Amino acid sequence: MSEIENKAENGSMESAGECAAGDTKDDKGLGLGVIFFIVAFVACFLSGTLLFPKLLYSKKEQPFNFDHALHVGETGDCETCHSLREDGSFSGIPKLETCLDCHAEDPMGETEDEAVFVEEYVTQEKEVPWYVYSRQPDCVFFSHAAHTQDSGMDCVTCHGHIGESTSLKPYEENRITGYSRDIWGKNIFGIKKHSWDRMKMDDCAACHKKETGHQGYCFQCHK
Amino acid sequence: MKVDRRSFLGLGLGAAAGIAVSPVGIKLTDDSAIWSQNWPWTPVPVDGEVSYENSVCSLCPGSCGISVRKIGDRPVKIEGRSEYPVNDGGACLHGIAGLQYLYDPARVKTPLKKNGDKFEEISWDDAITLVAGKLADLRKKGSPEKLACIADKEQGSVSGLFKRLLKTFGSPNFYTMPSLESYLEVTAAALHGEGKTIAFDLENASFVLSFGAGIIEGWGSPVSCFKANASRKERHAKLYQIEPRLSNTAANADKWIPIKPGTEADLALGLCAVILKNNLFNSTATANFRGGINKLAAMLQKNYAPSRTAEITGIKAADIEKIATVFAKAKMPVAVFGKGRGDGAQSLKELAAIHTLNCLVGNINKKGGAFVRSKMTYLEFPDESMDSIADAGVAKTKVGRYMNQVIEKVNASSQPVVEALFVYNANPCYSLHDTKSVKQAFKKIPFVVSFSSFLDETAKEADIILPSHTFTERLEDVPSGAGLAKAVVGLTKPVTEPVFNTKNTGDTVISIAKALKGSIAQSFEWESYDECLEGVASEIWDSLSEDGFAVISEGAPSGSAPVNISYIAGNPATVQMQGDYDLTLIPIDNMRLISAGVAASPFAIKTVSDRVLKNTDIVVEINPLTARGLEDGGTATLTTPIGSARVMVNFNEGMMPGVIGMVEGLGHTLNSKNMSNKYVSNKGVNVNDLIGPVIESGSGLDAAFGIKAKISKA
Repeated sequence: MSEIENKAENGSMESAGECAAGDTKDDKGLGLGVIFFIVAFVACFLSGTLLFPKLLYSKKEQPFNFDHALHVGETGDCETCHSLREDGSFSGIPKLETCLDCHAEDPMGETEDEAVFVEEYVTQEKEVPWYVYSRQPDCVFFSHAAHTQDSGMDCVTCHGHIGESTSLKPYEENRITGYSRDIWGKNIFGIKKHSWDRMKMDDCAACHKKETGHQGYCFQCHK
Repeated sequence: MKVDRRSFLGLGLGAAAGIAVSPVGIKLTDDSAIWSQNWPWTPVPVDGEVSYENSVCSLCPGSCGISVRKIGDRPVKIEGRSEYPVNDGGACLHGIAGLQYLYDPARVKTPLKKNGDKFEEISWDDAITLVAGKLADLRKKGSPEKLACIADKEQGSVSGLFKRLLKTFGSPNFYTMPSLESYLEVTAAALHGEGKTIAFDLENASFVLSFGAGIIEGWGSPVSCFKANASRKERHAKLYQIEPRLSNTAANADKWIPIKPGTEADLALGLCAVILKNNLFNSTATANFRGGINKLAAMLQKNYAPSRTAEITGIKAADIEKIATVFAKAKMPVAVFGKGRGDGAQSLKELAAIHTLNCLVGNINKKGGAFVRSKMTYLEFPDESMDSIADAGVAKTKVGRYMNQVIEKVNASSQPVVEALFVYNANPCYSLHDTKSVKQAFKKIPFVVSFSSFLDETAKEADIILPSHTFTERLEDVPSGAGLAKAVVGLTKPVTEPVFNTKNTGDTVISIAKALKGSIAQSFEWESYDECLEGVASEIWDSLSEDGFAVISEGAPSGSAPVNISYIAGNPATVQMQGDYDLTLIPIDNMRLISAGVAASPFAIKTVSDRVLKNTDIVVEINPLTARGLEDGGTATLTTPIGSARVMVNFNEGMMPGVIGMVEGLGHTLNSKNMSNKYVSNKGVNVNDLIGPVIESGSGLDAAFGIKAKISKA
């Protein structure tokens, strides 16, 4: 056997011995790997579920508080302020002009919010820059008249019991899309309990499927 | 236990699995999809209530009723107004694109004052004080007549206010740009007497003999003409189109009669000769002619017998006889004048000769014929208060009869003939012939005030710009004209708040007058233009404000009109073209462009065929027989005695041999450092840069129907 072959044989033997010793160490390493896996999994899952929404949404306060319950009590319904126009289009959030139908002169009530409304908006003839919880992207056509008038749906079905609330919740704006958290739903997994918990396309489709037997075609809403 | 790379692998896998099971992935995918479909830089129109407001378009003399669709306070669309007496729901492409003028990048956003070569912003108060100061100096020097004004039209309350300002200031120098209406009045004055105008009942005529009038190319009131033309087949009415080019109107006509450019007057007189010789005229009508019917007949037989007319016009003698016979025997014939859009150069000889045909066949004030009626007088201004300077000034003679003569005199004189000039709703540095000399004259006038909404060719030459609202921002009365059979006054109303710091020119004139004090201010005691309009138009104000229009007259006027044929019987000389090249360059009209005043909108420019405008090159039409050495689609140099231009060539067998056609309405230069309208600027050539004025002796009109030219491969 030449010197070189000897060296080669010794070398392979040594490395084989190291391998065998390494196998015993590996078992311990795997155990630690599993622990690391579990820790990382739990940490990331919890961050993705609990921390991520906090980073994704920025909380914004409405210009001043609005008491829906009080107004519904006075007017008796939603339509007085959120009306359908003559051509069937929906007026959405009322303009200042609509508010002035009742708030034309002196402040109504003595709340701080009324004072803000009168001083900053009524006297300055400025529209109130409300954040709209239910605003959808512009690429969607939606007819309120077809749903409320023709199909007799209640506002509550989609908008929930906002009419019974006495204060406005903070508006949570999605930092990427700029739309409200209410469109995806408060639950970050998208799980909903009520029909008004979420306002995504799948929710429209599911309701249409249930009520009309067909989920509808793309162009019906994406014109 | 030792931390090794497998531990880190576990950590990484754990993190990845944790994230994958959490909602992060699906939520971010959904959000990025929404984000990418709603790019933040894509403008999203604001939602709001839909409403419609009625107004009147004043982009051209057509005066169509419009209905402006608004979302909230924002106008978003212009449509034709249904049941409006002029257009009944129709609209042209310029009208529907009218909102583009509101946001035109070349709009003058605030008053500007020229300092050296640049414009500087100035407040309204300072601007009015400056203008009033300059004008007051002129009065102090005792030469108030050196203030001149050029407007788009004679009629209407804003022109009325300018005339009133000039009169009380002491100047007779009020001018209007050439327009079909001005030619109608000149023709009426030559044949029927002063204070009258002519209209054509195209809706009812059974035979229309059009001498180059582009009935579907924007002549007269375009939408009304489209409608009249569209109903022609149902009414079994005929249209013969006489012009050197197979225009859209000619292609649409029952017969196209190609004619040598500039010989339309001769043809008209040739037709008169046949009608008189063959006793085809209406003897009841001719019995009341003044000015010598026998003299006319003799002159015509001598100079315009069919064979002679055939030589001049290039139309066969037999055809001339046939056309005359068909025309005279038609139930309701009408001969229509005003080549192209009718607002370009015209000769009185041609206008009067063609209208003589109407007089001879006795269709004046008959259904389907030509209506001769008094000019509209619905405005009643209170008496002015005049001081001695004003009385002396207005008694002086005008610088010229028409604007082109004023330009000529300003350029010829070493002393300032005009010291201050107002320009309203007019763009003479673009629309008058030989723009270079017009600009030169403007440079010689010491103080030019422009009331333009845009930094157009004329506004650029001004010393101060007092910007006007566009027609969707202002209140103004809009009298119809332009040969429309009905006389209607419409009300242009603001459909939006002004976008920039501009004013209604009516208000600006009142402010200037008040700043001039004395008897001038006393003549302008209105608080605002709105108040003035309501007062001066009180006779029709109820209907104007409630319906948006007032019909002054409809149908054929009662009674006949006096006819005096002495002008035409005197056989005035025919205008000759300038230059001695072999070919003739003529302007041609295209409905997709605007020839006078404002430039066509970016939307309209986009619709122009590449046989008219190819990228930034203008395309000229030429018959292949004439175009020796040229290539179809190739570039060439077109030269006239006035200038030369690089053009592209379009072989068109519908163009008479020997004639080159160049479209009107291109070559605008609405560009400066900060306010350029690149969508319409520097596209093609302005045909008025290449054609020079030729003044018709007697009438004083610029009658250059074309110019001699040569073309060679570039």
